[in-house]
Amino acid sequence: MKLILKYMKPYKVRITLTMILKFVAVILELMIPYTLEYMIDTAAPKKQVALVIVLGVVMILLAYFGRLCNVKANRMATHTARDGIHTLRDDLFRKTIYLCGAEFDRISLPSLISRMTSDSYNVQSFIGMIQRIGVRAPIILIGGLAVAWTMDYHLALVLLCVIPVMASVTILVSFKGIRVFRGVQEKLDGVVRILRENITGMRIIRALSKSEYEKRRFNKANEEYTRADIKAGMLMAAPHPIMNLFLNAGLTLIIIIGAYRVNGGEMLPGVILAFLTYFNMILQAVMGINRIFMQYSKAGASADRIALVLASREDVRETTDTEYPDKDVILEFDNVSFSYGDNAKESIKDISFKIRKGESLGIIGSTGCGKTTIINLALAFYNPDAGAIRIYGKDIRDISLHDIRNRFGVVFQNDTIFNDTIYENISFGRNVSMDRVKLAADTAMLSSYIDTLDDGYDYVAAIKGMNLSGGQRQRLLIARALAREPDILVFDDSSSALDYKTDAAIRSNIENNYKGTTRITIAQRISSVKDMSHIIVMEEGRIISQGTHDMLIDTCDVYKDIYMSQMGAFD
Amino acid sequence: MPPFSTKTDKPKDAKKAVRRLLKYIWRYKLLAVVSILLSVLSNVFALIGPSLSGKAIDVIAKGSGRVDFSKVFYYAGLMLIFYVASAVMTYILSSLMIVMGRRISNHMRKEVFEKMTRLPVGYYDVNQTGDIISRVSYDIDVINTSLSTDVVQIASSFITVLCSLGMMIYISPKLVISVFITLPLSIIYTGYMTRKTRPLFSKRSRKYGSLNGFSEEMFSGHKTIQAYAHEKGVIRDFDKINTEAADAFFDADYYGTIIGPSVGCINNLSLALVAMSGAVFYLYNLVTIGQISSFVLYSRKFSGPVNEIANMYNEILSALAAGERVFRLLDEEEETPDVPDAIEFHDIRGSVCVKNVTFGYDKTKPVLKNMNVEAAPGSITAIVGETGAGKTTIINLLMRFYDTDGGRIEIDGVDIRKIKREDLRRAYTMVLQDTWVFKGTIRDNIAYAKENATFDEVVSAAKAARIHSYIMSLPNGYDTVISEDGGNISKGQKQLITIARAMLVDSNMLILDEATSNVDTRTEKEIQKAMFALMKGKTCFVIAHRLSTIRNADCILVIDKGALRESGTHKELIEKKGIYYRMYMSQWL
Repeated sequence: MKLILKYMKPYKVRITLTMILKFVAVILELMIPYTLEYMIDTAAPKKQVALVIVLGVVMILLAYFGRLCNVKANRMATHTARDGIHTLRDDLFRKTIYLCGAEFDRISLPSLISRMTSDSYNVQSFIGMIQRIGVRAPIILIGGLAVAWTMDYHLALVLLCVIPVMASVTILVSFKGIRVFRGVQEKLDGVVRILRENITGMRIIRALSKSEYEKRRFNKANEEYTRADIKAGMLMAAPHPIMNLFLNAGLTLIIIIGAYRVNGGEMLPGVILAFLTYFNMILQAVMGINRIFMQYSKAGASADRIALVLASREDVRETTDTEYPDKDVILEFDNVSFSYGDNAKESIKDISFKIRKGESLGIIGSTGCGKTTIINLALAFYNPDAGAIRIYGKDIRDISLHDIRNRFGVVFQNDTIFNDTIYENISFGRNVSMDRVKLAADTAMLSSYIDTLDDGYDYVAAIKGMNLSGGQRQRLLIARALAREPDILVFDDSSSALDYKTDAAIRSNIENNYKGTTRITIAQRISSVKDMSHIIVMEEGRIISQGTHDMLIDTCDVYKDIYMSQMGAFD
Repeated sequence: MPPFSTKTDKPKDAKKAVRRLLKYIWRYKLLAVVSILLSVLSNVFALIGPSLSGKAIDVIAKGSGRVDFSKVFYYAGLMLIFYVASAVMTYILSSLMIVMGRRISNHMRKEVFEKMTRLPVGYYDVNQTGDIISRVSYDIDVINTSLSTDVVQIASSFITVLCSLGMMIYISPKLVISVFITLPLSIIYTGYMTRKTRPLFSKRSRKYGSLNGFSEEMFSGHKTIQAYAHEKGVIRDFDKINTEAADAFFDADYYGTIIGPSVGCINNLSLALVAMSGAVFYLYNLVTIGQISSFVLYSRKFSGPVNEIANMYNEILSALAAGERVFRLLDEEEETPDVPDAIEFHDIRGSVCVKNVTFGYDKTKPVLKNMNVEAAPGSITAIVGETGAGKTTIINLLMRFYDTDGGRIEIDGVDIRKIKREDLRRAYTMVLQDTWVFKGTIRDNIAYAKENATFDEVVSAAKAARIHSYIMSLPNGYDTVISEDGGNISKGQKQLITIARAMLVDSNMLILDEATSNVDTRTEKEIQKAMFALMKGKTCFVIAHRLSTIRNADCILVIDKGALRESGTHKELIEKKGIYYRMYMSQWL
């Protein structure tokens, strides 16, 4: 609720106006039956035709102005909902994009997606709805009670006694509802996850003819979601009849007490009749309020899920000092250890190395030995559990994320091509000049392909780059990494989709065209790293040896084994 | 690009969408009928309650000292019983509606998912994942909200309206005339507004779809965006899409929320007309006061439901727009179904023959031209070539993810178009370049390829793929939960898991698409051994950029610029000193 209030607050003037208009509209609407009553009970029996006509016109005018106020109020309410949710979604998106790796993993991608979509939608419906019906019901409730009180406060007391009971039912259920709906949304995350998995793995699933199995898996998640949703719905449906029952029991009590009071001569029977009329009004109002609360449960659960993202840790760094003490050491890992998650196995342990100006670094090792983790830490997606990472001698915890990442050009494993032009995919929002984009594309051996396209650099890559081959995608990613002439160029297994010839050509192009760039290459192939001035051999999260190619061949058995196995293949 | 409709702006026939939505309700006709009956009954109850209290008041009205308390208690008791019954009934009614709505949307989601399994794989290459998800989560949810409650409410309102109208005619046919002025007015008005607002609601749904699609794409590329410090640019783009979505919401909802008050206004107008004409008729002694007041009462009963329907309008229009988006997906062209007399295909020897095949994703730009390949049972065919030369395309055709534009592919002499697709695909084991794991334990991920695989089988597959020791080093071993987006599993490890998965498949033909490219060469060599064992006796198609991995092939196909340029054994091709020779030599650069 805090979240919803926070996002409605900037519009308090407009909301107040909406409320006032709604208030006027309610009053105008309530005057219609009153006029009607006067016309039938007073004017008609006295045969005053002119008065009847005048009253009729008054009713029409009331109806017209009532509509005017309502439409205007609804428009403003919709406007508020529009603006509020617009800001909320902007904030949520911003936050998600800036989320640090650990938090992103924790909440998980499918859940972040459904928070952005389904949850924000739930909040939006609520903001619109509460303004539209949130005024009318309380006004009628208070008005109805006030009138009832002036008529006979003894009877009104009965109503007043029932109301707290009902209020507690509503509030209890709606708070329980928040929890229940949170569960429902989590089940929805499960449905979304399976959908995503199926879309991304469609080829494999079909190749294995697992469609039937996937259907069963989806049906299970779908069924769980439906069950949870039905359960939530049933819970939410309960207060309505319960409150109806309470109020009506109160009414019965009023009749009995009324009977005693009339019998005792303390009250006229007509009052009970009038009481019943107002009672119906109060009943409607209470139901309206109940509906708001029930709707709130759903929106509240969603708002909580959104608030959790908005409140999550963001990696903010103090960056007052822009001095870099050591211009010579470009990147240094000093006894760094790290594990993903609290209970996970340590991914890397006691990693130390230095890259000086003019050097280049190769990292080699078997799958799962922690090579990629080094890059994740260097780019500050995660913070090390122990040890320090320095760029130009400065701890990266004291450098702004922007400054850290601007020094890097990276090609990740599983990197993303966006549904945009080739130019935009290379420039990637950095407004890189066409000349530099072209140089990068040349270097990455991509330009000959681009030249064959009618649209050239304006050719639009499909979603996930599906209209490009694996090799073209990889070259595009390399061009992206090169485009801004980064201090440090990182390839994480970026030549796996390239043949040797292309791989080698790209390497020599980079050496010629990007002389000032320090290269870090993570690879499985010795040929990709053997020219590096400094090579790290990793095994199970530790560095087992480092040095130059020639040195390692002589001193490191593991390295030698890898080398022999790769060379051996060509015997 | 395959011809899929990513966006169609034309708002389709509303009646068609309504009819299709009604069909879903028809599936639960029993529930629907019971709900409608219950809701009519509760309307009737709504009349009994006040009449009971009226009777009680009549007893009380005798005045002080003359109240017959036994009667008061009798009526009060009846009222209480009735109210309890009414509460129970209301609860049953809403439960029924909830169950019906959720069941219908459950069914729709199921249908959409099943449809997804039949769509050509190319559909997913051109449609945003987020947009598809949006249809399943947001759109179906909107339909659900509206369908369950609104339909029952409309049906029962309709009955109430008819009854009230009947009562009104019974009381005074003359006064009904005024209703016949305003009723058409509201019908015409709503009709007019519907035409005006429906496209707006369609637009709203569409904009939400693209908002969701964009979010999904960007969240998936989260790390890349951060690495290039492109957050601001992405946020700016999002703001644009967000604004469009918010505006579309505003336009639709603004017009939608006019309808409610407007119809309310027309109803009040009708009330005024009834009252005025009633009063005038009364002056000419055509009606009595009592008749006017009960007429007014009924005309209120009459306008109430009309009002309610008008207020539900937004929801109904949203549901229609959402329904159209869901139906559009359901109507999307499917993979060409198996021919009626498709052959069940078992015990395949595995001779594959590609005859004169021409194919292009865009028919005007063929990527394969007149290709011919012949692979004997148990042979290894290696496909090599520059990136983008069309190697993956061959796999797409072999597995029949796409049909050829010209020529044909035969297995054991049978055109694959005549084989049941499921049998055809089951005949292959496939390890793709794009690794794919789902959220679940490592054990489940490996066992995925074989139903009822024993734990021993899983372990030996993992051992064969050289991932066993890594798995055992994890705290939870084979029960470790992995997911596609998780941070602690590298692409290489995923690749090994998918290889282990493939080890479990029992088939006669094997497709490897750069299968081992993410495994270090040391491990790769070990895997090679296992692979060769796996490949034994199978017809294999191997796509690899590493010539070392395909040197043992019986036949090497060198693909260049969309056509087969060279073919032969390693030795023959080296001696030929052609494209293959140059590629092979370039490794040493």
